[in-house]
Amino acid sequence: MIQTLAIILGFQLTGEVASRALNLPLPGPVVGLILLVTACILRPPLAEAIRPTTTGLLSHLSLFFVPAGVGIVAHWDLLKAHGIGLAVALMASTLLAISAGAWAFTAVARMTGSEEPQALKDQGRE
Amino acid sequence: MSDPALIWSYLAQGPLLWLTATLVAYLAGDAVFRAAGRKSWANPVLVAVILLAVLLWATGTDYGTYFEGAQFVHFMLGPATVALALPLYDNLPRVRKAALPMLAGLVAGSGVAVLSALAIARAFGIEGPVLASLAPKSTTAPVAIGIAESLGGQPTLTAALVLLTGIFGAIVVTPLLNALKIRDWRARGFAVGVAAHGIGTARAFQVNATAGAFSGIGMGLNAVLTAIIAPLALRLFGG
Repeated sequence: MIQTLAIILGFQLTGEVASRALNLPLPGPVVGLILLVTACILRPPLAEAIRPTTTGLLSHLSLFFVPAGVGIVAHWDLLKAHGIGLAVALMASTLLAISAGAWAFTAVARMTGSEEPQALKDQGRE
Repeated sequence: MSDPALIWSYLAQGPLLWLTATLVAYLAGDAVFRAAGRKSWANPVLVAVILLAVLLWATGTDYGTYFEGAQFVHFMLGPATVALALPLYDNLPRVRKAALPMLAGLVAGSGVAVLSALAIARAFGIEGPVLASLAPKSTTAPVAIGIAESLGGQPTLTAALVLLTGIFGAIVVTPLLNALKIRDWRARGFAVGVAAHGIGTARAFQVNATAGAFSGIGMGLNAVLTAIIAPLALRLFGG
């Protein structure tokens, strides 16, 4: 576990330095993600070494958003001041964006013949 | 026995209390999520945030004091983002095959997220810094804050809008895409990653590993595209 954490933090650190040094439009952790995928492609045993801890970390991804989420409450007055307009814009645009993205993905998958039967959800149920 | 006020003043100073409270609130949120049959409306982030908000209010604790303790959990967002490399690596053959559908989903999802948010807010008479704060709301928080700052927005407002977008997206994605009869896990995950960043991705992982992997990619690609289109869109709506 400690070894995997050291590997992951090492990639994050490298990503952070690269992002700042090269003025990339991506945050350090996303650069670290790209570097780690590249490293796994070059050395597949690495993927197996980090698998147990990484899977554990990702199964509780929601936890890590809680502290920032509590910040919504801290900024409640600011949000309330702009009221209904912001709420409608946020909710409607999120509904539209999810629909548009999923629809465009499936439409182009159909057109280019890159559909995958194994990646289908059973009969629209979970 | 010591004076309870002394014990409280000791606890209120260190990170132990609010770090523990954050983990316990999340476990409670996760228990509610499981008890509700893993339904998307019982979002564990939302439940935990509400519990902690009530607790902070009841004890008269400000967010700064809370964050002193919670920052250790917050810090793990970075490593967790790097860890998304593993599901991405596992799904590489699928990802290679889906390059064109992903490009279409990215352009449509990212474009609609920015343009529709600005158009609706503008119709409600919102302008200036608030409009600039809203533009990158579908992007992962660190990138969104950077974009908002460069456009003259308010970073704290952007952070709150980003989190609300994520929670809302994670709650609506399952019923919405079921109603639209989108059955492709790749499309479902990718779309929620583009529109609702990491919280959407966390939801995608709760449901399906392939959806989670594609959601992580959608989140990363959207961060890049929004940085490019948000300034252009804002100029269009006279921010």
